[in-house]
Amino acid sequence: MPIVKTAQAVRTLASGAAVELLATDPGSTKDVAAWCRVTGHELLEQSVEGTVFRFVIRRK
Amino acid sequence: MDESLNLVLFSGTDDKLQAAAVLAAGAAALGKPVNIFLQYWALDAFRAARIGLDHGLAAEAGPAGRAAVDALAGAGQAPWSATLRMAKELGGVEIQACSLSMDLLKLDAGDLDPLVDGVEGVTAFYLNAGDGQIVFI
Repeated sequence: MPIVKTAQAVRTLASGAAVELLATDPGSTKDVAAWCRVTGHELLEQSVEGTVFRFVIRRK
Repeated sequence: MDESLNLVLFSGTDDKLQAAAVLAAGAAALGKPVNIFLQYWALDAFRAARIGLDHGLAAEAGPAGRAAVDALAGAGQAPWSATLRMAKELGGVEIQACSLSMDLLKLDAGDLDPLVDGVEGVTAFYLNAGDGQIVFI
């Protein structure tokens, strides 16, 4: 579950630090964006390369 | 989005427990408080001695469903108990055993996996649920 991994990773960050998430789950596009909207952390980058979805999230 | 998600788990098959675990973990990742109430065969699946065993699938899965679930497990999907442990680590997830079901199954708190935080009755579950949604699986 990409957003579980995202939540776990972002928790370890200092405020302002960012993490890169790579996922193969096609649902992750909407899920990660929704997670950022709800939690207030910033989705800095989002891209797809083949079957890999890439996100960069900054902790608020 | 701050309202609690309250899951009453009745079914003890691995597919339904995995579905419940995904709902719980997703809510926990969003910061929603999650309260889980274990009844009947779901409670039975949380026995310390049985939690890691095969609990089968709902009848509607059939052989095709069995193959699909096995394929996903083979590809590395975590078992529902691991997903629930991850959810608890994120915080805000409480798992309670239904005291009536403990009686039905002749269980003591010591028989249950540490995932289970305690035993309570339906009234306490409703109190903790407050105005949050209650979902029955």
